Amino acid sequence: MIELHGLTKRYGDTLAVDGLSFAVPRGVVTGFLGPNGAGKSTTMRMILDLDRPTAGRVTLDGRRYGQLAEPLRYIGALLEAKAVHPGRTARDHLLWMAQSNRIPTHRVDEVLELVGLSAVARKRSRGFSLGMSQRLGIASALLGNPEILMFDEPVNGLDPEGIVWIRTLMKGLAAEGRTVFVSSHLMSEMALTADHLVVIGRGRLLADLPMADFIKQNSRSAVRVRTPQPELLLDVLHRAGLHADPGPDGCYEVPDGDLAFLGELAADHRITLHELSPQQASLEEAFMQMTSESVEYHAGSARPVGPAGAAVDGSPAAPSAPPAPAWGSDWQARGKQKEN
Amino acid sequence: MAAFPAILQSEWTKLRTVRSTVWTLGLAFVVTLGLGALICTLANNNFADFAPKNAPFDATGTAFAGIILGEIAMVVFGVLAVGNEYSSGMIRVSLAAVPQRATLLIGKAVVIALAAFAVSLATVFITFFTGQALLGGHSTEITEPHVLRAVFGAAGYLTMICLFSAGVTAMLHNQTLALGVLVPFFFLLSPILGAVPKVKTVAHYFPDYAGQRMLLVYQEHNQPFGPGAGFLICLTWTLAALAGGVLVLRTRDA
Ligand SMILES: Nc1ncnc2c1ncn2[C@@H]1O[C@H](COP(=O)(O)OP(=O)(O)OP(=O)(O)O)[C@@H](O)[C@H]1O
Ligand SMILES: [Mg+2]
Repeated sequence: MIELHGLTKRYGDTLAVDGLSFAVPRGVVTGFLGPNGAGKSTTMRMILDLDRPTAGRVTLDGRRYGQLAEPLRYIGALLEAKAVHPGRTARDHLLWMAQSNRIPTHRVDEVLELVGLSAVARKRSRGFSLGMSQRLGIASALLGNPEILMFDEPVNGLDPEGIVWIRTLMKGLAAEGRTVFVSSHLMSEMALTADHLVVIGRGRLLADLPMADFIKQNSRSAVRVRTPQPELLLDVLHRAGLHADPGPDGCYEVPDGDLAFLGELAADHRITLHELSPQQASLEEAFMQMTSESVEYHAGSARPVGPAGAAVDGSPAAPSAPPAPAWGSDWQARGKQKEN
Repeated sequence: MAAFPAILQSEWTKLRTVRSTVWTLGLAFVVTLGLGALICTLANNNFADFAPKNAPFDATGTAFAGIILGEIAMVVFGVLAVGNEYSSGMIRVSLAAVPQRATLLIGKAVVIALAAFAVSLATVFITFFTGQALLGGHSTEITEPHVLRAVFGAAGYLTMICLFSAGVTAMLHNQTLALGVLVPFFFLLSPILGAVPKVKTVAHYFPDYAGQRMLLVYQEHNQPFGPGAGFLICLTWTLAALAGGVLVLRTRDA
């Protein structure tokens, strides 16, 4: 089991990870979420003892990573897909890894088959697409048949088919009793894959809970009603003991309302309805809310907006603010720093 | 602890599966032999111009004239063998596989040393015998005093320069930077400084000048130290560069 104890990492002025303590539960998929620059990759590098913590420590079943004999047989990781010598073939890349941890050579061909790279096994990785590199990275994580797997944004660069494939793969690995720790920025993706959820923002722990609990707490539903006779409707609702919030464009939303009941209620009182529709608050939005608070608390920045393309499915309070500076808006500047 | 033989095997796979290994080692062989053969042919045909006035003609040194170019290829080999891990970001994968950082770098150095020494030995022996054949009547024999030691010294010298470069690359953790520092140093700076009065007493302790003393068959006029001391000085540089590389690798975030 991966356990973090007050893990902290500072790069110059940047506090990348700030006193993180949590445990990755055994035998399930744990989603590790946070916006750009939240410190997910840094945390994963510290788990592998690549970056040394400023404070705190990581233990793997009580041991440090450096104390593991043949670590690839115990924990397999995909950090960066492109961290491969471009002139070496996929097979040779896996071969040196296997040899270093005394993993039988036949395992190399097995994992190549598993990730669907057998046909290009003897091709130099220079010509690989991002998706193929990602698959090679996943193959190298699986090489030692480890009980713990760690993936940093594995769906990056994968086509829809690839995304479904990795989702199925991760669930399959957990079903075999393995521990899967996977980072992502997309709540919607994690909701489909993860059993447990760890959310960080600006290096701090924001949530650590079972995915089911998160969904229960955050999937607030409502019924939207639109009518040319709002006063009459509100009066009727009030008498029925129901409460309605004003929604966009003059409509009303009844939290936890029942569609059939509301329809019948309107009919009984001869109220004309122009809309009667169920509304589901998206998990993505709940996630953004959660992380934006941490950012606002630290930086006092403008109202956050979602990342481009984040799913916001017709929810009650869809933020339609202009793309103001938001969390991670300085990620580009910080990214440059990192390259130095 | 990952097993050391496993690390050696893995490092050997890394080394043999990139093209730069074959290119750089092949180049070291070709330029050392080629330039040596060329100079020997010229020397044999224009012996009066080549023979020093008041010292014996060094047939061994003439055959090894190409070493100054061959060593550059060896420097590039040493730099790339370590540096490609940094340029590709693969160093993180390597350290995840073998978190014992000192052991990893030592394993890598051992494999580089074996490859460099094997190629160097073949290069210097073939170069020596080819050179002697081309020198005709001016040639020497491997059985003459100091000659065999000089031939082995040449192979040892090339190997140590290669390892020194590998160590410096680990210290700089950047192959472009390492090439940019080492190639001008060995090709230009050290030979130039070695010829400047006063400065040269310092330059004589540089790894290349010191190491080249191992190739001497005759005692040179004004020679600051002999082959044995030259070997030890060059070896010290090599070990210091590798130790520095281990230190940097151990302390730095990967
Ligand atoms: N080697 C480094 N040197 C300096 N700063 C760094 C370094 N690595 C990370 N950082 C900084 O630490 C913070 C966390 O970065 P990290 O890459 O861990 O975030 P992340 O959650 O993985 O983000 P993303 O979703 O964009 O991958 C950022 O501000 C980043 O710029
Ligand atoms: Mg990241």
